[in-house]
Amino acid sequence: MKATSLLYLDGVSVTFDGFKALNELSLTIAPGEMRAIIGPNGAGKTTMMDVITGKTKPDRGEIYFDGAIDLTGEDEASIAEIGIGRKFQKPTVFESHTVRDNLELALKAPRGPFATLFHVISGRETKRIDDLLGLIRLSDRKHELAANLSHGQKQWLEIGMLLAQDPKLLLVDEPAAGMTDAETAETAELLKDIAQDHSVVVVEHDMEFVRSLGVRVTVLHEGSVLAEGSLDHVSANERVVEVYLGR
Amino acid sequence: MSNLKSVFVLLCLVAGLVSPALAQSDTASLRSLVDALAKGKYAETEQQIGALVATGDPAVAPALQALGAGDLYFRKSDAQVFIAKKNGKRFTLTDPLTLEAEGDAGKREIKKIKVNNKLRRVIRAALGSLTLMASDPNVRVAAAGAIFKAQDPAGIDALETALAAETDDNVRLAMEQAHAAAVLNSDLDEAQKLAAVETLSEMGNREALSLLIGVRSNSEGAVRDAATHAVEKIEKSIAAWNTAQNIWYGVSLGSVLLLAAIGLAITFGVMGVINMAHGEMVMIGAYTTFVVQEIIRTSAPGLFDYSLFIALPLAFLTAGLIGIAIERGVIRWLYGRPLETLLATWGISLILQQAVRSVFGPTNREVGNPDWMSGAFELGQMTITYNRMWIVVFALLVFAGLMLVLKKTPFGLYTRAVTQNRRMAASMGIRTPWIDALTFGLGSGIAGIAGVALSQIDNVSPNLGQGYIIDSFMVVVFGGVGNLWGTLVGAMTLGVVNKFLEPYAGAVLGKIFVLVFIILFIQKRPRGLFALKGRAVEA
Amino acid sequence: MMTSFLFRAMDARAGVFLAIMAAVIILVPAGNLLVPHGSPFHVPTYAVTLMGKYLTYALLALAVDLVWGYCGILSLGHAAFFALGGYAMGMYLMRQIGTRGVYGDPTLPDFMVFLNWQELPWYWYGFDMFWFAALMVLLVPGLIAFVFGWFAFRSRVTGVYLSIITQALTYALLLAFFRNDMGFGGNNGLTDFKDILGFDIQADTTRAGLFAASGLALVLSYMICRSITRSKLGKVLVAVRDAESRIRFLGYRVEHYKLFVWTLSAMMAGVAGALYVPQVGIINPGEFAPANSIEVVIWVAVGGRGTLVGAVLGAVLVNFAKTWFTAALPEIWLFALGGLFVFVTLFLPKGILGTLNDGWSALRQRRNSSGQEDGTGGPRPQAKQSEDAPASTPPPVPAMSRAGASHPQPAE
Repeated sequence: MKATSLLYLDGVSVTFDGFKALNELSLTIAPGEMRAIIGPNGAGKTTMMDVITGKTKPDRGEIYFDGAIDLTGEDEASIAEIGIGRKFQKPTVFESHTVRDNLELALKAPRGPFATLFHVISGRETKRIDDLLGLIRLSDRKHELAANLSHGQKQWLEIGMLLAQDPKLLLVDEPAAGMTDAETAETAELLKDIAQDHSVVVVEHDMEFVRSLGVRVTVLHEGSVLAEGSLDHVSANERVVEVYLGR
Repeated sequence: MSNLKSVFVLLCLVAGLVSPALAQSDTASLRSLVDALAKGKYAETEQQIGALVATGDPAVAPALQALGAGDLYFRKSDAQVFIAKKNGKRFTLTDPLTLEAEGDAGKREIKKIKVNNKLRRVIRAALGSLTLMASDPNVRVAAAGAIFKAQDPAGIDALETALAAETDDNVRLAMEQAHAAAVLNSDLDEAQKLAAVETLSEMGNREALSLLIGVRSNSEGAVRDAATHAVEKIEKSIAAWNTAQNIWYGVSLGSVLLLAAIGLAITFGVMGVINMAHGEMVMIGAYTTFVVQEIIRTSAPGLFDYSLFIALPLAFLTAGLIGIAIERGVIRWLYGRPLETLLATWGISLILQQAVRSVFGPTNREVGNPDWMSGAFELGQMTITYNRMWIVVFALLVFAGLMLVLKKTPFGLYTRAVTQNRRMAASMGIRTPWIDALTFGLGSGIAGIAGVALSQIDNVSPNLGQGYIIDSFMVVVFGGVGNLWGTLVGAMTLGVVNKFLEPYAGAVLGKIFVLVFIILFIQKRPRGLFALKGRAVEA
Repeated sequence: MMTSFLFRAMDARAGVFLAIMAAVIILVPAGNLLVPHGSPFHVPTYAVTLMGKYLTYALLALAVDLVWGYCGILSLGHAAFFALGGYAMGMYLMRQIGTRGVYGDPTLPDFMVFLNWQELPWYWYGFDMFWFAALMVLLVPGLIAFVFGWFAFRSRVTGVYLSIITQALTYALLLAFFRNDMGFGGNNGLTDFKDILGFDIQADTTRAGLFAASGLALVLSYMICRSITRSKLGKVLVAVRDAESRIRFLGYRVEHYKLFVWTLSAMMAGVAGALYVPQVGIINPGEFAPANSIEVVIWVAVGGRGTLVGAVLGAVLVNFAKTWFTAALPEIWLFALGGLFVFVTLFLPKGILGTLNDGWSALRQRRNSSGQEDGTGGPRPQAKQSEDAPASTPPPVPAMSRAGASHPQPAE
């Protein structure tokens, strides 16, 4: 199980001042898989992301990436370098940079200060940025400051940055939050595109959105997995209905 | 030298106490005994001293004291004895018995009565036994003390006589100790000496220690062993008292830090506002005390002992109102921008300093200590000054009061609500801007009353606040932001650590060590000793 | 590589700045040395020294701008690095006095003779050589900054906490340098300098030379700062400033970046101090005073943080005002300075240059958009979509927290 998985969490617990944010959480993502994670507020979705990306250290439990890499000892930067990209719930792009610069910063390249100091952008990089701009539909706004983008555009820019990193696994937190229906649908398409050559974990509240992704769903509740399966399967689960869907 | 000085002090005391009795004494016979001192060699002088002591009359004490200090002269013309003090080129003469002025004399007209070291010892002991029977117990204690210091075996008999008649326990104790000291310096037998060592060992202070160290090196056999043992015991107890004294100094410094920092613990810790003008609120409190005392001095001097109580509410109000004005005028526009708040409040601190400097002048202002803040008392081997003690008490009271306000009053509830979740508090009908202003006012007001206390131990100058600002921030950050208990523990810890470092490193280096320690500590625990944990903190 | 690196610094604005600086560096010494006394164009020596002092302050401000304006590290302790650089130079100048001191001791400075010291402390060795002192001017502040930053940035001390401990750092150094047994002249510091590199330190030509050196140091530092801020590294720095935790998730080690600019900035401050000391003729522990460091920050804020030229402008303006006030209305100066802190933070958060920049780009934008309405402009992309999205307009964040200091952006 552990050896063949891309991401492997076993018995992970995190406590904040007595509050158990994660309680013996175990989860496995296979290479190439796209997984949706749902759960009510406080179920531990964001904390799970924090633990995977090194923002929060787990009190207990194992986290392995690619079958062999122990993530619990690593910090955010090295986990990002290992190949996990993350998009935040609230879109966080670099607002005083242009759209293009945001992508340039995300682009896979040496990350040290001296490498960036003497960095000269190559033709290949320019092309990659242009491709991404096309993909996230921001080609004609590339010279604008990211601060001037709409909420939905920021979400997309952030997804674009995620792709620019070229990670093996993408963690996407509420990509459709604050989007119009049309945008939501487009985002779902975009994610499905991405999922063809990346593994993706999507945390989402919006059931329609999750349905449109059409992937395996994990339901979190009080820091551990409550149910797992197709959306229809988990929707039928009584406890899930009780804690989440029914209310 | 210090022995002589203390004997002198003692004698002034004795002279003052006994002078009314003088009239009844047989002045003429005393005078002839005193005048006899002018004649003869050292050996005879010793006998003459004995004769004086034999009168048992305390009135001879000033003459003996002057003799010991080399101030006793006789007039060549009539061999009458005087106490003479050099005054310019001539000597002022004083009658040794009545202590009345007797005009003056030229250098050639009088001659000093010479004494040697042996005589000085005799005189000290004589003075001691002279006063051992005095009616005032304080005089008796002092006399016993003099014998203790002189360690004069000649005093043993007098002490034993006095002890037999003594009824006051304190005086008895002093006399027994003096007796022991004298015995150890005599050629009495071992058993007596062992008992004496035991007595001194019970005494347990520095004087006993130095005496016993002397005994240890000058004696042999069982006495030596007993002395060695006693020295070790006393050294241990003195070390313990030293530690206690250091802790007290540390607590005292800690309470000053607590006072300075506790207002900041509210504005910075609870509200998250970096108020660099916090020190100036302290300074304003101190100046309020100054103004109050000035008014009292000119219009109601009788109230001086209450000046601090009058100043406290005024300082709270003055500093609090200025704080509210700052919050309304500047800080509220800068919420969520801590670095800008820092700069703006720094600007305000400059303005306040300069304003005070323009009004009160740049120099230190004199703020007096009321009677109940002056003086000191002894606790075991520790000395505790009243002003430090009251400041410790006051700091703890302020802390407790603040805790009560924040935990038990509606205002405290609102404050905590607003700082935890502003939007929710607002939607529940709490007027958040008001709460902000009042909380900031509270923090500033507390800085103001801290200023009242600090005016008692620090120079009141426009720079008063500057000296505290960095320390205050250190305390709050070290203790853990948003946690008043942390501030208390932080202040006390830093105070005590500072005082324990001082003997080894000196005051300045000690302080540098503490700063470096905090700098390193913040690296290790960026949120302080009592940090809140969890997601909410990082948002 | 180096030339292309510096070449990146060049554009119109840098050109204007360099031209002005070149003119100043040439004209001021020329006005002092070549124009005869009595001529209206003669620059008196005291003015040369005064302006030289301003230039060193400008360099210090530039150093602060690099870390604060671009990386969001509000240092309240940069005067410490300035003073350390100054002390390193002061030690060289002390050693140059030789037997001309009051006590005439060939190696020991006067204050050591006064304290009855028998020999030179080991850390004074080598300072009789200029190259060594010059190296120390860079190394000492750099090393202290590196060690301090290594600890601070690794443990992610940020924002106000960092500001406070930088303040504690300079305070601790202040206390240390006040001690006589530190061997740096205690309270009085180092003074009575005679000559530098063999030139009489009081001579007009030396003063003009020091002025020119300060100007050149400023220009060079500006070029370095500008190449940095315009490189990809500069973009990372701004990203650190705006959203520190976000950039970590892109795989950048924030602490390395911070450490890099922090150390570099401290070295620049050290150079500024080293040029300051021979011009004012004294260095004492007062330079470590926490208030000094905070004052530097306001220079930068006045000129406009994150603009480099603004820092230079602010330093010169504020210090010119200080000189004028302390001569004409000494009572008023602290009121004015305090008021400046409040005014700038409340009403001019972007500083003079930042506000001008904004005005300029707003004007340009208006011109562009009016051009579009004439029908010449292209399609207006995304406009439709933005209008549809309810949350399309950015929330009215205060201008500064976006462009400004390390207002921490929560990662979620």
